[in-house]
Amino acid sequence: MPSLGADMQFGTIVDWRVKPGDAVKRGDVVALVETEKGVIEVEIFESGVVESLVVQPGQKVAVGATLAILNGGAPAPVKAPDRVAIVQPTVPIAAEMPAQRDVTAPESQRLRVSPLARKRAEELGFDLSSLTGSGEGGAITVGDVEKASARAKTATVSSIAAPVTAAKGLDLGAMRRVIAAAMARSKREIPHYYLATTIDMRKSLEWLATENGKRPVTKRLLYSALLLRAVALALRTTPELNGFYIDDVFKPAEGIHIGVAISLRQGGLINPAIHDVDKKNLDELMGNMLDLVNRARTGHLRSSELSDGTITVTNLGEQGVESVFGVIYPPQVALVGFGTITERPIAANGMVGVHSMIDATLAADHRVSDGHRGGRFLLAIERLLQEPEKLYGN
Amino acid sequence: MTEAEIKQAVRDALSNVAPEVDLDAIDPAMDLRDQIDIDSVDFLNFVIGLHKEFNIEIPDADVAKLTTLDGCVAYLVARLDGG
Repeated sequence: MPSLGADMQFGTIVDWRVKPGDAVKRGDVVALVETEKGVIEVEIFESGVVESLVVQPGQKVAVGATLAILNGGAPAPVKAPDRVAIVQPTVPIAAEMPAQRDVTAPESQRLRVSPLARKRAEELGFDLSSLTGSGEGGAITVGDVEKASARAKTATVSSIAAPVTAAKGLDLGAMRRVIAAAMARSKREIPHYYLATTIDMRKSLEWLATENGKRPVTKRLLYSALLLRAVALALRTTPELNGFYIDDVFKPAEGIHIGVAISLRQGGLINPAIHDVDKKNLDELMGNMLDLVNRARTGHLRSSELSDGTITVTNLGEQGVESVFGVIYPPQVALVGFGTITERPIAANGMVGVHSMIDATLAADHRVSDGHRGGRFLLAIERLLQEPEKLYGN
Repeated sequence: MTEAEIKQAVRDALSNVAPEVDLDAIDPAMDLRDQIDIDSVDFLNFVIGLHKEFNIEIPDADVAKLTTLDGCVAYLVARLDGG
C-alpha cells in the first residue's frame, strides 16, 4: 500500500485493475485505492506478472502492507518508494474517514453489488439498477458507481456541504486531522525562511496575447503555464530547492516535478505533480495542466502524481490574493507562491509607467538552502519571465 | 438556432465546468467569475465548450465578450446570424 501523504496510515482497495496472470509494467495502474485524499489510481513500481492479489476490495490495510504478489516470488513492492507528499496546506482537502471502510472481502465478492458500492450509491442517491457492473460476474463496484456519477455530472471529488453528493465523501473531522498533523509537522520540523519579489509581467503578457491571437481556442496558453516553466528552468540553477529532506539529509531530485495546487469544485484542494516540467514545451504543459485539473476533479489522479512532487507552486492569483507565503509540504524543501497580477506604477527607463506586476514568493527550508540561494532562484524566475519567447521549450 | 436554444447551450457548457452551480441563481448580466468559483482553466474549458458546441472559432480578442451569460448569448447570436 503506497503512502500518498505525510500522514496517510491506511488505504482501502476499491477495485483491482489487474488479475492473476496479467503482465504489468512499471507505471501501469493496478488498483483503485481510497485514501484521505479521495480515490487514487495506484501505479505499480515493478514489472512482472501478477501471481495473486493479497488484499481484496473493501479491505482497509496499513501503508506498507503487501497488496499483491508478482512473479511467484517474494512479496512484490507494489508500493511507491517511501517518499511522501502531502496536499496543499492552506485549505481543506478531500478526505475520507478510513474507519468506515471495514468491509470483509468474501461477502463483497458473493454479492452482485459490493457493500462499498451500495453505500456510495446511497450517498449519491444513485439507482443501482441503472448501472452495469464491471466486476466479477457483473458485480457493481465502487468504480462503476463513481464513473456513473461523474458522467451524471454530480459534484465531483469532494464536498464540504453536508448530504454528500460528491463521488468521494468528505469527513470534515478526518480531513482536519490530516491537515493539522501535516501542517504541524511542517512547522515543527522545517525552519522556514521567506523571500518575496515583484516581477514585471508586461513582456510575458504581451507575448501571450500575440501567441494566443494566432492560436485556435483549443490551443490557447494561460499565463500560469509560463510561470511553471519559469520555475522549472530556474530550478536548474538552484537544485537545492528541488528535492527531499529525509532522515536529516537533503536528497536532490533527479527530475523537476512540480506540484500544482488544484481546487476541487465543492471545497478542498489537492496537489498533484506535473512531471518533468523543464523538459516539456508550453503546449505539452498546457495539455498536462488541463488534463490534471479534469482528473483531479473527477477523481482519477494517479499515485505517482501525488507522491512525486519535488517542489510545489501555489498560484492564488485568481483568488485576488497579492502575495502568498505558504507552508512547505514535507519532505519537499520549497514552496513557490504567486499572487494576482495587478497594474502598478513602475519606474522604467527613467520614466513612470503602469505595468502588470505579480508578487512571487519563496518559502524554503533553511536546513538546505539560505536566503542568498533563494534570492538567486527568484531572480532567475524574474529574468526568465522577461524573455517569454525563450520559455516555450523545444 | 433560436436565441432560447443558444441560451440553453450556453448554460449547458457552463454546467460542464461547474456542475454543482445553480444556474438560475446566476445574474446573467454580471461577470461569471465574480459569481461562481471558476478559475482561468475552467473559463478556458467553458470557451472551448462553446467552440465545440457551436462549431465556430472564437478569436482570443472576443473572449472578453464571454464573461457574462448575456454577453455569451449576444455574441453567439451575432456570430451565428452573421456567419
